[in-house]
Amino acid sequence: MPLILDHVDYVYGGDTELAVHALKDVSLLIPDGQFIGLIGHTGSGKSTLVQHLNGLIKPTGGSIYFNGEDIHDADYDKKKLRSKVGLVFQYPEHQLFEIDVFSDVCFGPKNLGLPRQEVELRAYAALKQVGLEDEFFYQSPFDLSGGQKRRVAIAGVLAMKPDILILDEPTAGLDPKGRDEILDQIAGLHEETGITVILVSHSMEDVAKYVQRIIVMNRGSVLYDDTPKAVFRHYKELEQVGLAAPQVTYIMQALREKGMPVNMDATTIPEARDEILRALGRA
Amino acid sequence: MLRDITLGQYYQADSVIHKLDPRVKLIATITFIISLFIVQNIAGYVIAAIFLACAIKLSKVPFRFMVKGMRAIVFLLLLTVVFNLFLTPGEALVSVWKLTITKEGLRTAVFMAVRLTFLIIGSSVMTLTTTPNNLTDGMEKLMGPLRILKVPVHEVAMMMSIALRFIPVLLEETDKIMKAQIARGADFESGNLIKKAKSLVPLLVPLFISAFRRANDLAMAMEARCYRGGENRTKMKPLQYKRRDGIAYLVLICYLAVCIGTKI
Amino acid sequence: MGIIKTEKLVFEYIRRDEEGNVEGITRAVDEVDLDVEQGDFVAILGHNGSGKSTLAKHINAILYPTEGTVWVDGMDTSQERNLWNVRQSAGMVFQNPDNQIIGQVVEEDVGFGPENMGVPTEEIWERVEESLKAVGMYEYRKHSPNKLSGGQKQRVSIAGVIAMHPKCIILDEPTAMLDPNGRKEVVRAVRALNMAEGITVVLITHYMEEIIHADKVFVMDQGKIAMQGTPREIFSHVERLQELRLDVPQVTLLARELQKKGIGIPDGILTTEELVGHLDKLINKSVD
Repeated sequence: MPLILDHVDYVYGGDTELAVHALKDVSLLIPDGQFIGLIGHTGSGKSTLVQHLNGLIKPTGGSIYFNGEDIHDADYDKKKLRSKVGLVFQYPEHQLFEIDVFSDVCFGPKNLGLPRQEVELRAYAALKQVGLEDEFFYQSPFDLSGGQKRRVAIAGVLAMKPDILILDEPTAGLDPKGRDEILDQIAGLHEETGITVILVSHSMEDVAKYVQRIIVMNRGSVLYDDTPKAVFRHYKELEQVGLAAPQVTYIMQALREKGMPVNMDATTIPEARDEILRALGRA
Repeated sequence: MLRDITLGQYYQADSVIHKLDPRVKLIATITFIISLFIVQNIAGYVIAAIFLACAIKLSKVPFRFMVKGMRAIVFLLLLTVVFNLFLTPGEALVSVWKLTITKEGLRTAVFMAVRLTFLIIGSSVMTLTTTPNNLTDGMEKLMGPLRILKVPVHEVAMMMSIALRFIPVLLEETDKIMKAQIARGADFESGNLIKKAKSLVPLLVPLFISAFRRANDLAMAMEARCYRGGENRTKMKPLQYKRRDGIAYLVLICYLAVCIGTKI
Repeated sequence: MGIIKTEKLVFEYIRRDEEGNVEGITRAVDEVDLDVEQGDFVAILGHNGSGKSTLAKHINAILYPTEGTVWVDGMDTSQERNLWNVRQSAGMVFQNPDNQIIGQVVEEDVGFGPENMGVPTEEIWERVEESLKAVGMYEYRKHSPNKLSGGQKQRVSIAGVIAMHPKCIILDEPTAMLDPNGRKEVVRAVRALNMAEGITVVLITHYMEEIIHADKVFVMDQGKIAMQGTPREIFSHVERLQELRLDVPQVTLLARELQKKGIGIPDGILTTEELVGHLDKLINKSVD
């Protein structure tokens, strides 16, 4: 079910001169099944934006439609919306509270008022989806490793069977291996179930190889909204707003400046390798 | 949401009152409160009012900020007035049904209201012109003699100042956890009292765990920076009396003397 | 002897179940020999749980060795009488920027260490000023730490440590919780301290791009030192690094891929400029 943001504005801090314009005229269409990267540095408005998508924050201007209905209509069921638009916050392991992993994952579906059997089936399925082994199900969530805790927290949102899964910096604080595992898992989930995924990150390199669309936020506005390759062509502008394209982009650029006829669209290492080999006449 | 609560309502301004030593301000506030209970007649209250007005004027803090503190106690104020008004025995003035307002009652009620109002505004002058940090320092120094009685003065002051540092951090954290649980379908608003109390578990457990983790980290960071209690510790901003503090004490003594004078 | 030296350092902790019965013993650091020279910039790499943070905590006498010895500036850290001197000589910056700032105002936080050491008031002010200037945070001295960005908070923490005039400073994953801008800020500040002030730096991280300028790199795995050498030596073992769950910079990976295809590029490429330089030479050769 598509999610539409129509000229959304968000100002906080009241009518004083201290008011902050966190979102400025943001219009977006999020169709079913896309894998989207939402990029911006700290304070660019990306976290504020995602909290609008499941109705946690009410825009001060503009409207948000989910499946054609305005989510801020008086009789709109917000709880249902939140089960359909699942939001995983940054450091989600900090919200775990139950005595064992399984009960914690049950919290979401239980809040939806589902029968017990359905709740447990969903919790089980969700834990499987994030790749947690059965042996951990009845352990205290606080005894798990950092990466495992994070999976449990993600499962807690997945158990509500959302149509859209939003993850706010799901790899923050993890080491490279943990990061790759989580991202691979999410990519696999997207592929298998066709769920819409919005991945919030400040790292272009991390998301470049997974997503099909990148939305770049800067100072509360959408700066770019395009395919990764098209966005990376603006690497100079990205730098000005405190972001960087993947290192490969810079290598290709530097090679071009030296007069090597490489195509700037190469953004991954295999692509770059083949381009360079071709330019060297070795392909 | 929760972030809007402001604790330690310091108002930044460049005034003599702001510059006074926190010890002077603490003692002055206590003296002022005592004086309110010494004076019993209109002359006394007029003197207190003048003293307070001068302090407010000198502090350069807009009067509306002082009144803000009043809102919290309006209910208490009304209750006191009503009780005193109706329940003080004496010469009847007006009598409606079973309720009688007496002359003495009216007098006590008015005095009580004035006293409470002055007390709140008086304390606001102190909190509005002193940073929480400065206030902690002042208290630590004033309570210094209690150390002989084995009261852990330094530790208490350090705890207060750490609490003040972390209150905004924890409030922000509360906000975040609350939102995260709402995103998982939690409901903090509807239901009866028991249901509401139960719904707080998913908020409080993570909050406590986080607070303990922070406390642990902080203790380690403090130790790594050679913290070992108050002994042999020097101060970056030691409290030192200046000329204006001496003058302030003189004014204070004069004020107290005049207040006592009104009783004679 | 170097400023930091460990000999056969072992750290074990006992795991207990809920009833307090011993479940087993975990060896977090396993016979580590480390020797860091005064003025060096040393990086310790490793994935989470490799023992690198446990090792770091020994240098500041937060943990004591189960076996073996740690010397900081010639002092044995396990001797009680050396405790405060060790902590003053080897300052420590931790991972979480929110949980190590004590003061409610930036300058007061930086003054906290010197206060604890009993430094006279005027000197505290001098030290606070020079430390904040060294990390580029002087103009924020009157700010509340709550209003700063992650990178700024970490720089304040670094200033708080250098105000104690340590001989070396250990940074335990100072950038793990920061965004790319914050990470750059912190690494730049640390490098400046090392170069301008000659402070010995031990940087613990899992970001490979932060260690390019290090004099020496140690890679830890399962409590042991798995690799050591200059960054170039380390980066020339791409496959080994990947086995150790580390992130090799894209430029190094690309160079390795090209090498495999028979392009003549040397091992251990660290920067874009290097790779481009080598390829440029190749092009000009093929033109000739």
